[in-house]
Amino acid sequence: MGMAAFLLRRLLGLVGVLLGMSLLIFGIVHILPGNVAYAILGEFATPAAVAQLEAKLGLNDPLPVQYWRWLSAMLQGDFGTSIVMQRPAGPLIAEALGRSASLAVFAFSLVAMGGIGLGLYAATHRGRTSDKVLTLVQFLLIAVPEFFWAILAVLVFASWLNLLPATGYAPLSDGVAKWASHLVLPVLVLAFGLVAHVSRLTRSSMIEVLDSRYVLAARARGLAERKVLWRHALPNALLPAITVLAIDAGLLIGGIVVVETVFAYPGLGRLLVYAIERHDLPLLQVGMMVVTAIYALANFVAELLYAVLNPRIRVAGATA
Amino acid sequence: MTLIALPRLRTPSTLVLGGALLLLIGLAAVVGMWLTPYDPTAFAVRDRLQPPSALHPFGTDEFGRDVLSRVLAGAHLSLATGFGAMAISLVVGVPLGLIAAFHRGITEEVVMRSVDLLIALPPVLLGLLVLAVTPPSLWKTVAAVGLVYVPIMVRLTRAVALGLLEEDFVQAARARGEGAPTILWHEILPNAWPPIIVECGLRVTFAILLGSALSFLGLGPQPPASEWGLMIAEGRDFLRQAPWVCLAPGLSLCVLLVCVNLVGEGLRERLDPQLRGRSHA
Repeated sequence: MGMAAFLLRRLLGLVGVLLGMSLLIFGIVHILPGNVAYAILGEFATPAAVAQLEAKLGLNDPLPVQYWRWLSAMLQGDFGTSIVMQRPAGPLIAEALGRSASLAVFAFSLVAMGGIGLGLYAATHRGRTSDKVLTLVQFLLIAVPEFFWAILAVLVFASWLNLLPATGYAPLSDGVAKWASHLVLPVLVLAFGLVAHVSRLTRSSMIEVLDSRYVLAARARGLAERKVLWRHALPNALLPAITVLAIDAGLLIGGIVVVETVFAYPGLGRLLVYAIERHDLPLLQVGMMVVTAIYALANFVAELLYAVLNPRIRVAGATA
Repeated sequence: MTLIALPRLRTPSTLVLGGALLLLIGLAAVVGMWLTPYDPTAFAVRDRLQPPSALHPFGTDEFGRDVLSRVLAGAHLSLATGFGAMAISLVVGVPLGLIAAFHRGITEEVVMRSVDLLIALPPVLLGLLVLAVTPPSLWKTVAAVGLVYVPIMVRLTRAVALGLLEEDFVQAARARGEGAPTILWHEILPNAWPPIIVECGLRVTFAILLGSALSFLGLGPQPPASEWGLMIAEGRDFLRQAPWVCLAPGLSLCVLLVCVNLVGEGLRERLDPQLRGRSHA
């Protein structure tokens, strides 16, 4: 009962957030009337031509009508048409999403493993030189913007060492080596700052757990240190890390926008920036919607994971 | 009664060091708005892409403009984004958080659900969305970045205020028949400052990062402004021949962020009761 009610509440929350988000995105994009028609016809279009096109596209209908048309079409799988590229937005976004997903999956795995691993290492070596060096390095890593990492990476690995391609993308069909060579730099740059973030948090929560009474009790019972660490301390120390990983999913999405721009990597982030630059509003609002939906889902999954691992939340959520 | 209830503690060295450096940068930024070695926007095509030298310590860019002058002239833009956005999230977020804590029920629901909604949008996207529909400019970047951090400030303030509302001195004020504004302003706020200030310190770092990223994407101040993110974006095309055009503003940005981070960490060490006494742990 507890878990089912919790799940239902969260699902309703998710639907609510997505609906609200669609309203927000649609609202902001439609603050300026006439944008779409002008974007298609160019800024020197005659008012008559604009009016005609607006009538054709249904831009003169009341906003709620337009919103409903957009939303119901999207729910039926019709994502509209990119006005600049004159192609259906759905396939465009799906293609770009696939490429961004490979970036995100590799970067996220690197962040999760590297961040948690380094955090644990620092926590179990606290106060030693290695811990202090790690702390200092993390402190500096957090202070470097992603786009500057990207520039440095291009400068060192592409310009000076000539090891990796500076920009671009190669499909898997061009061979694994070529495909991977285009992924290495973007993935590393994406992961860099976030690893520092996650490892810092893992370190402090692990230290808190290691100082707790039940760990002391476990040690007092004479359990092997390794068993204390892995069976008793780690599961509890990872709880906050999961929440941070969910927040980092948001930062990762932002990072993807920037990194794809620097590396001219044709993913979803670059598509969004393109839509903004070219004022392709139909593409922009659908692309935004897709990204937000993914982010909302990631948060949803994180909350579920958190609840599964920490029953206290579930009970509190069900009674609240 | 003092507005800020500070615990008596030693001032951490990170705060002193970071604060002093930040003051120095601020000073350079203010001076740099008017006084630079060269005119930061004057073209000198014969001197284009010169490497660093005694005449041009940071070299020149593709139009022969002195990079050092441009870095100096652009410093105030990053500072304005960081502190401006923090101020916006503070001025909008704290009152909303207090109100949501005090008026439970419908007001709270409206505020907190709006906050849930804004938080559900990844930060860069919210900025992109705001800046996408109108021509970008400095104050729009500041407003967009500020808006991104309003929800965090609302949640934090509400959580702190909810805890304080249970305290005896607030109950006493209520029993005296004090109104909501008096209680919130004189009883809650003075005691809610420490965590809010800590959060502000962290927000400035993130705001500078986000603001410069938006500028880098072309959604901030427009050329010929010398915002550091924009300078890096412009220097990208000449990275191989003239890396200094990107490196100078990039390293300046890193130095600024390290300083702001030092101050933020120092404030946290000084004010966060959870960290007190085990900051070395």
